[in-house]
Amino acid sequence: MASVSIRDLDVSFGALTVIRRLNLEIEPGEFVVLLGPSGCGKSTLLNAIAGLIDIADGEIWIDGKNVTWEQPKDRGIGMVFQSYALYPRMTVEGNMSFGLKMARVPKAEIRRRVAAAAKLLHIEDLMHRRPVQLSGGQRQRVAIGRALVRDVNVFLFDEPLSNLDAALRTELRVELKRLHRELGGATMIYVTHDQVEALTLADRIAVMHRGVIQQLADPKTIYHRPANRFVAGFVGSPRMNFFTGRIEANGNAPVFVSEAFSQPLDGYAFIREPAPGAAVELGIRPEHVRIDADRGTHVASVDLVEPMGAETVVWSRLGSASLAIRVDGDAAVQPQERLRVSFPGDRLNLFDPETGDRL
Amino acid sequence: MTTTHALAPAAARGVAHARGARPRRLTPARVGVYAFLIVAALFFLAPLYVMVVTSLKTMEEIRLGFLFGLPIDLTFEPWTRAWATACTGLDCSGISPGFWNSVKITVPSVIISVALSALNGYALSFWRYRGANLFFGLLLFGAFVPYQAVIYPLIIFERELGLFASLPGIILIHTIFGMPIITLLYRNYFAALPEDLFRAARVDGAGFWMAFFRIVMPMSVPITIVAVILQTTGIWNDFLFGSVFAGRENMPMTVQLNNIVNSTTGTREYNVNMAATILTAAVPLAVYFVSGRWFVRGIAAGAVKG
Ligand SMILES: Nc1ncnc2c1ncn2[C@@H]1O[C@H](COP(=O)(O)OP(=O)(O)OP(=O)(O)O)[C@@H](O)[C@H]1O
Ligand SMILES: [Mg+2]
Repeated sequence: MASVSIRDLDVSFGALTVIRRLNLEIEPGEFVVLLGPSGCGKSTLLNAIAGLIDIADGEIWIDGKNVTWEQPKDRGIGMVFQSYALYPRMTVEGNMSFGLKMARVPKAEIRRRVAAAAKLLHIEDLMHRRPVQLSGGQRQRVAIGRALVRDVNVFLFDEPLSNLDAALRTELRVELKRLHRELGGATMIYVTHDQVEALTLADRIAVMHRGVIQQLADPKTIYHRPANRFVAGFVGSPRMNFFTGRIEANGNAPVFVSEAFSQPLDGYAFIREPAPGAAVELGIRPEHVRIDADRGTHVASVDLVEPMGAETVVWSRLGSASLAIRVDGDAAVQPQERLRVSFPGDRLNLFDPETGDRL
Repeated sequence: MTTTHALAPAAARGVAHARGARPRRLTPARVGVYAFLIVAALFFLAPLYVMVVTSLKTMEEIRLGFLFGLPIDLTFEPWTRAWATACTGLDCSGISPGFWNSVKITVPSVIISVALSALNGYALSFWRYRGANLFFGLLLFGAFVPYQAVIYPLIIFERELGLFASLPGIILIHTIFGMPIITLLYRNYFAALPEDLFRAARVDGAGFWMAFFRIVMPMSVPITIVAVILQTTGIWNDFLFGSVFAGRENMPMTVQLNNIVNSTTGTREYNVNMAATILTAAVPLAVYFVSGRWFVRGIAAGAVKG
């Protein structure tokens, strides 16, 4: 069990600042996923935690110790690289035991640990192969194995599943979850830009954008109560529908008014209620839009229907804005059809268009 | 080698097919290309042919003057004489001492210069120490300095060290002059290796030397073969440094060959001279012939991902 704490971290490459004033507290045994678009600094953050790049400012604490100036090997971390980075001239066994040999662990102990990790990862039959003789999924397991044998408490995973096909990805995702449970208490920091991976694996997700953590919360909160416009738009597929408009007061109750529709906001839990007349942005996820022929208050015209098996995505227009609606796979919706829809008040998201913050 | 040969016609056929033309083997253009290639090959092979046949003739036969004729009275005596008894001035021990001198110069020079350059390229690419870029710039500059310009300062430098005109002296010179270009070679090769591999080694606890010997060098077999070939042929063929820095007892084969061929005493023995020349060129030639295959193999080994 080890906690990880990142305090006021700054990382820059020359004049380019990649990570700014980043703070992150990770509990012992937690599975934290770093989620964000390509180039937002996820790998850089992981490398900084591992001590593989120079940091400009800040401190990194692992297991209650300040390791900012420690060598990577002394930080008590195991790392799985985005590219696996298996040593091409060594066998699987050689790859897995290299770190232990470097640490002068006795031979018998090395054998024992490597065998245990191989068993856990189901790669006992591959021990004498070279990395080139392995499939992508097998390589990934070996890379995890190499991290596991090191007997550390913190694991850093950098997009380990990104090079795999969809089926294998799903399979290994489940295995990773099992692994985390079986390792009992290992702290995991897992980088991905795949939101399904993030939502399924994480205890908490840190959504990153341009080197700044936008929101750190459990998957449900990230999905249902995104802290800002970026998180709302980044997580979810098809992505959240957004409408621009302003707040108007209807008696005491605030109402959202856009050029195409008006939406009462009685069910909405405001963090801070904007003054009447203020510009706001309204967001609703495609699966929360309700098609309601009788009581639907907004009229959308269907552009395109995309059947996806279990579900169907209906692409439509509401005024000049587009509206995606997620419906059942067997729902009968036709292009050109006019649909009456309504937005449940407790499923709405409101953002300040200036700052992007949730209202 | 066989694979390349097998592939080439197949590829040519494929192209013809793709263009929609009927696969015709002998177009006028192709005849022209082959004619040119054959003429060019003959042009470059003719001197070699003359050297080989001349080295197998007796002097009487050579005096007849049929430069291109095959030897009538085949003799291997010029070869044994060239190797063991040809004279330079009063010393009549052939070119063999030069051969062994060249071996004594080339082997350590190649090993030391390639090893140091590999280490240098490794430090430059993976450790990026302070001032690395400046150092690399200087090194590049060193790769393009004309040799003749620095010979005199180097003589003084070596004399101060007490190494002038000695075996270590000439080895040092070859190491110095080999390093810039070979370092450049290694650095570029390392720049293309995935940095994550090196990072993985760091996480696994490998330090500077362990990462070098256990991770980086095993992946550098192809480029090391290239470096060894370049250095071996370059140092073996060197004349200038050898004649200046090696000292009398350590004259390399090229210098010895020059002394035999330009020897002014007695008659000019063309057959012996030819044999001595071929013997001197044999080592780089053998390196090229053998390494061609190694080269392809090395590159192929390096091209495998993973
Ligand atoms: N060695 C480097 N030198 C200069 N800039 C770098 C270097 N490494 C990364 N960067 C820059 O830092 C930013 C963050 O890179 P990073 O690799 O952390 O992104 P990432 O979030 O991991 O992206 P991806 O999902 O594509 O892996 C990028 O803009 C990148 O161009
Ligand atoms: Mg990355």
